Amino acid sequence: MSELNVGDAVPELRVTPDKYLPHRYAGASGDFNPIHIDPEFAKMVGLPNNILHGLYSMGLVARANAALSGGDPRALKRLSVQFRGMGAPEQEIVVTGTVKSVDGNRVTVDTIAAQGDNQIIRNAEAELEL
Amino acid sequence: MPIKTDAVGKTWPASTYQVGREKIKEYANALGIENPVHFDVEAARAEGFRDVVAPPMFAVVYALPAMAPAILDPEVGINFATMVHGGQVFEWGEVACSGDDITTTPVCVSIEEKDGKGFYVFESTSVNQDGEQVLHAVWTNIVRGV
Repeated sequence: MSELNVGDAVPELRVTPDKYLPHRYAGASGDFNPIHIDPEFAKMVGLPNNILHGLYSMGLVARANAALSGGDPRALKRLSVQFRGMGAPEQEIVVTGTVKSVDGNRVTVDTIAAQGDNQIIRNAEAELEL
Repeated sequence: MPIKTDAVGKTWPASTYQVGREKIKEYANALGIENPVHFDVEAARAEGFRDVVAPPMFAVVYALPAMAPAILDPEVGINFATMVHGGQVFEWGEVACSGDDITTTPVCVSIEEKDGKGFYVFESTSVNQDGEQVLHAVWTNIVRGV
C-alpha cells in the first residue's frame, strides 16, 4: 500500500536552465532542431528566442514524480503531457504536482511545469507504482 | 488546400539503439538527475539492475533515431519550420540498462486538420534484445498554418 493520499503534494522541483542547457540537452538527446539552439533561426520562424525542448521539460516532470519513489527508475509507468506555452532558457521552472488517485500501490499524479505564469506543461498525468 | 493524409497507416523500418553507460550519464547530467544507479554499475547492481539503468525519459534517446525518418518523411509532409511538439505519451515496461539493444518501430496513426493546424500523430513500440517491451509511445506534432 502506498502511504500517499489523494490531494498530497509532490515535492516541488525548481530548476533554472542556463543559457547553454538547450545545447547540452540537444547533445544528450540527439534532438538538434535549430529552434532550440539557434536564437537567430528561432526568430526567423516567428519565435521570441530559442526555446527549451518540450521533452526536456517533460524530463523534469518525470524527475519530480520520481522523487515519490526516491528516484527509483522502475516507479514511473506512464507519463502523458501536453506542451503549451513555450519554455525559455534562463528562467526558473517550477514543477508542482498533486496526487489525483491512489489504488493500492498505483498512484496517479497531476503535474504542471511553469515559468512564472506561463505553464509550459499542463495536464501532465503520471502513473507510478510505489 | 486540404491536408495530405496519405501517410496514415504508414510504417517505417525498425531501428536499433544500443544503450551505453556514458550516454545514460550524459542524459542524467543534462536533467540534473543524481541517483547513483544512473552513474555507477555497482550502485545499479546493488539495487537489482543488470547494469547502469536509464532514467525513464531516456526513452527519447533510444526512440528518436527511429522516429526521425517518420517525422521527416516527405510523404507525411510536415513543414518543419512551423512544427511544434504538441503532446507526448510514454508507457514504460521493462527498464532500459546499459548493454541493451532496443528496437523501435514507428507508425503514423492519424493526420487531422483542426482550426488551421495540422495534427500529426505517430505511435512507436520499443522492445529489448529479449523481446520484452520497454516502451509504447504516442508522439503528437502540431504544424501551424497548414
